[in-house]
Amino acid sequence: MGKTITEKILAWHAGRDEVRPGELLGARVDLALANDITAPLAIEAFRAMGAERVFDPSRVALVPDHFAPARDIPAAENCALIRDFARQQGLEHYYEVGRVGIEHVLLPEEGLVLPGELIVGADSHTCTYGALGAFSTGMGSTDLAMAMALGEVWLRVPESMRLRYEGELKPWIGGKDLILHTIGSIGVDGARYRAMEFCGPAIDALSMEGRFTMANMAVEAGAKNGIFAVDAKTRAWLEKRARRDYRAFESDPDAVYEEEITFDVGALEPQVAFPHLPSNVRPISQAGEVKIDQVVIGSCTNGWLEDMETAAGILEGREVHPHVRTIIFPGTPRIKLEMIRRGWMETFIRAGAVVSTPTCGPCLGGHMGVIAAGERAVSTTNRNFVGRMGHKEGEVYLAGPAVAAASAVTGRLTDPREVMGG
Amino acid sequence: MDRDMILRGKAHVFGDDVNTDYIISGKYKFKTLDMDELACHCMEDIDPDFYARVQPGDFIVAGGNFGCGSSREQAPLVIKHAGVSAVLARSFARIFFRNAINKGLPAVECDTAGIEAGDELEVDLGAGRVRNLTRGSEAEITPLPAVMMDILAEGGLTAYLRKHGGFEL
Repeated sequence: MGKTITEKILAWHAGRDEVRPGELLGARVDLALANDITAPLAIEAFRAMGAERVFDPSRVALVPDHFAPARDIPAAENCALIRDFARQQGLEHYYEVGRVGIEHVLLPEEGLVLPGELIVGADSHTCTYGALGAFSTGMGSTDLAMAMALGEVWLRVPESMRLRYEGELKPWIGGKDLILHTIGSIGVDGARYRAMEFCGPAIDALSMEGRFTMANMAVEAGAKNGIFAVDAKTRAWLEKRARRDYRAFESDPDAVYEEEITFDVGALEPQVAFPHLPSNVRPISQAGEVKIDQVVIGSCTNGWLEDMETAAGILEGREVHPHVRTIIFPGTPRIKLEMIRRGWMETFIRAGAVVSTPTCGPCLGGHMGVIAAGERAVSTTNRNFVGRMGHKEGEVYLAGPAVAAASAVTGRLTDPREVMGG
Repeated sequence: MDRDMILRGKAHVFGDDVNTDYIISGKYKFKTLDMDELACHCMEDIDPDFYARVQPGDFIVAGGNFGCGSSREQAPLVIKHAGVSAVLARSFARIFFRNAINKGLPAVECDTAGIEAGDELEVDLGAGRVRNLTRGSEAEITPLPAVMMDILAEGGLTAYLRKHGGFEL
């Protein structure tokens, strides 16, 4: 019986010839990740378990990205705790402010997450690395403590579902529109406990950045992981980045899927998830008149260079609406530097947008752009739960960077074609 | 926790897709590691009186996909610190499910249709059965894998690993 990519990666990491969906196995971890919110609890649990040294100082990454630069004293103390632990353990992949980026953009850029690997992170969006053909999944801090101590975790092999995308995407349509459309169709538990395997001509044509965006939001459909086959684009992306050799797996032609869904996306419009669930999705033509107060472009979902390029292309020579605050969060310092080189920083500043240092910031109502009661934000982030970006009477509309930038110009939810023509 | 322990309490009923931001709003959950202090905000955006009403031993009863969203362990922890003895749901989001067991909070998957607010329930984890004493009905619990049952019996993953040094499947 054929096997899926996910089953093959898990079998390899469990030292087995093959595994079946539903079975539990112990699996070797290639990288264990935590951030400034989850690492303190993980470190506490690590010590309480009686552990003294991490299993391998080159395979634990600590990324203080949520509230760093420290927004207040508790955040500063959390960061200090992580910093001390990283030094004491001799961790190779601890990132200080100035070098730190948003974890799920930073680690792929650093070449630390590779095809065929098994990555666990104490952050639900750890599933992002599936774009590279890795098995990666989010866990809690205590599970992460176990991974740091043992270099192993126990996992239930997920059933796989195959999502196939037919057709050629229209201009301004990207990975965010595909994944929002998908979650809108299957619901926030439509892939619960499963592996979402993305394929088809529209996926082949999609950029690596677009694939990262899709894998990032697999958890918003309840999935354990999202995964893509490795192709020429993946290999090209990894060529200057990969720090280790890697092993690319592909699903067998007779692999077994619990469900297969085909989307024809040739006519897909820009998609928007209305409050308060990522599945509450409408095409932009059915958005109606939604006046907005804030636009957020960036995050682990859409903080990639390509997203910045899309936003800069729309804001070049235009101005942000006077009633709108537009805040841009590039994923990493390298991306920000490239924005400077390409002149986009000037584009954004002249347009009246502000460009932040890389941080998770307002995505989770943390800092750098929290919203007030009654305010509405269009955001390229991944969650729009009640209170997610600040006040519980605030509203978040999830969209891709093109819709976000176009909305920044008009002050209401806007189709990029309206601003750019076409 | 004794694996044969029988839990009794009243039901507090919620719907589908109760997310981690409802369980404990983001604006609180990073401020302190003191779970007793956080616990008074448990469920406050969806049910403002929950903490005032809940009695030690009571149950949260929900529909599908309970605990979707973040991976943060504050979610099961505040529920536990609010005095809730177990969460019963038709289904759980997977990260919450792991976290709950890892923190020693029973996450009980069973048919929750028909349970109403205030119903007196009896949860028998060992026998895998939920009894609705108010209505005289019963539901079967989806059995936990042995490793999760063992973790729960030890009171959580930290204590389990401290005792065993690794996991046994």
